[in-house]
Amino acid sequence: MTSPRTPEELAVILQAALGERAGPASVRLGEVALEVKSDRYADTMRLLRDHPDCRFEQLIDLCGVDYSAFGNGIWEGRRYAVVVHLLSLSHNQRLRVRVYCPDDDLPVVASMVDVWPAANWFEREAFDLFGIVFEGHPDLRRILTDYGFIGHPFRKDFPLSGNVEMRYDPTQQRVIYQPVSIEPREVTPRIVRDDSYGGDR
Amino acid sequence: MAEIRNYTMNFGPQHPAAHGVLRLVLELDGEVIQRADPHIGLLHRATEKLAEHKTFIQSVPYMDRLDYVSMMVNEHAYVMAIEKLLGIEVPIRAQYIRVLFDEITRVLNHLLWLGAHALDVGAMTVFLYAFREREDLMDCYEAVSGARMHAAYYRPGGVYRDLPDTMPQYSAQHTRNEKTLKSMNENRQGSLLDFIEDFTNRFPAYVDEYETLLTDNRIWKQRTVGIGVVSPERAKALGFTGPMLRGSGVEWDLRKKQPYEVYDRMDFDIPVGTNGDCYDRYLVRIEEFRQSNRIIRQCVDWLRKNPGPVIVDNHKVAPPDRLSMKTNMEELIHHFKLFTEGMHVPAGEAYAAVEHPKGEFGIYLVSDGANKPYRLKIRAPGYAHLAALDEMARGHMIADVVAIIGTQDIVFGEIDR
Repeated sequence: MTSPRTPEELAVILQAALGERAGPASVRLGEVALEVKSDRYADTMRLLRDHPDCRFEQLIDLCGVDYSAFGNGIWEGRRYAVVVHLLSLSHNQRLRVRVYCPDDDLPVVASMVDVWPAANWFEREAFDLFGIVFEGHPDLRRILTDYGFIGHPFRKDFPLSGNVEMRYDPTQQRVIYQPVSIEPREVTPRIVRDDSYGGDR
Repeated sequence: MAEIRNYTMNFGPQHPAAHGVLRLVLELDGEVIQRADPHIGLLHRATEKLAEHKTFIQSVPYMDRLDYVSMMVNEHAYVMAIEKLLGIEVPIRAQYIRVLFDEITRVLNHLLWLGAHALDVGAMTVFLYAFREREDLMDCYEAVSGARMHAAYYRPGGVYRDLPDTMPQYSAQHTRNEKTLKSMNENRQGSLLDFIEDFTNRFPAYVDEYETLLTDNRIWKQRTVGIGVVSPERAKALGFTGPMLRGSGVEWDLRKKQPYEVYDRMDFDIPVGTNGDCYDRYLVRIEEFRQSNRIIRQCVDWLRKNPGPVIVDNHKVAPPDRLSMKTNMEELIHHFKLFTEGMHVPAGEAYAAVEHPKGEFGIYLVSDGANKPYRLKIRAPGYAHLAALDEMARGHMIADVVAIIGTQDIVFGEIDR
């Protein structure tokens, strides 16, 4: 195993290895992050796995993010992103890759199942919860929500209490779905302070 | 000639070996698995979505309920992610307490795994033994946090309070005579650290007991050797972590490779398997018992000698102590603001991972500067492991599926979240 590299060194190496496929690698809090264009996503990821300087053998995590309510609506970029956390065992290094879905109404990105089989369920989850479609996924079914569930619950416009509730109906003698009867309630309001809040303290 | 048909069989969600609420749809050719399709989500509580609607502190107890057999380690990853974004340094004593309880939790988790795995495969006694030791460790949880399981003990900035000087004791009951009561309370006369030390003295002999029952047991070996073999390359590609990866011979442990808290000061070894089958993973976890025991002893030693604060002094993050809150206006305001509005975490994103008893447990936290997380993603190790069940079970018999579920150490709290 080579001597451990600092995150800054990794950022430089990535820049050299990837060329213009990805935006500049940033280092914050000791974590290297990379933004990849959605049309170069698949081949960039394959390169990250196979390039001798990268060798990210493991896909640790893949998740969707819905940015539509970020900072109380100041977000101007694309709404959906897929964030992937990679781990290189041989270089003992982590990397975060973010790819924005080009279309807000039908978010589509390429599937990573061919590159890392571990992506299979993570992509199913992102599809289930955010409605992000992974092109080339062999078995893109819902995974965490109920059979026959409607909607994508982790989108910011999906209410926390959901839309339907389920109960046993004694007259029909079966389980039925009906619109929720509870009011959504927020105990602690969400507050984003601007930078100048609190003056010079 | 009779027509040969493939059968589709439902396994669970109420099967005792399904470890909770796993529904497996098995396609069978006779008794041989052609395809295993796990249907999960029956315990889905949308923890990540709930956390988006709660302040940072309010989500700590949700973390206990993810993997409900290794509660404190889940909290650990969560508070580490918050601390990373806040850029705060945890007091050294709190770091030792965290390592101590991480390892106690690892033993707790592996005990349940061992008992359940052996029970599934047909050995009853190990389960009873394992629960005997779990009881002592649960008492440690209770002594330190007040709760036997869902502790909410780790807080951003440290731990909730220092280790207690006394252990709770058994009280008199009509079923216990004086002599029994005395012997039950014998190791509870001193502090919590004395009790833990006494446990670490007894524990290696207990592990020997489990090994006597299983390691050379012919039936146990017939059920586990050569079952669910995963090559090191496949294990990496499938996203395995923890004992599942080490059982396949990959030497990878975050406690050694990317040490957090004070693991770099600890002296311990990483066991690895060679064949990548259920039996090797069993051996890896048994050795982890012994290594955890070593770490616990080192922590107890250090904690005895080094008193100090266990949570940061920054009252934007951690509450002030009761006394100053009651006597000092400024502290009262801090206390009120912290528990109503909560803390504000600077905008940004962080990923914090710990070596959970099951593998790599990670928290990806996105904050937009509000008093609640913008997005919280929980990377549960069991999720990647269960996704590989299909590949591991193919070509095995139905009974082996039970052994494979056992070896994966499946807990639905973390998989369904």
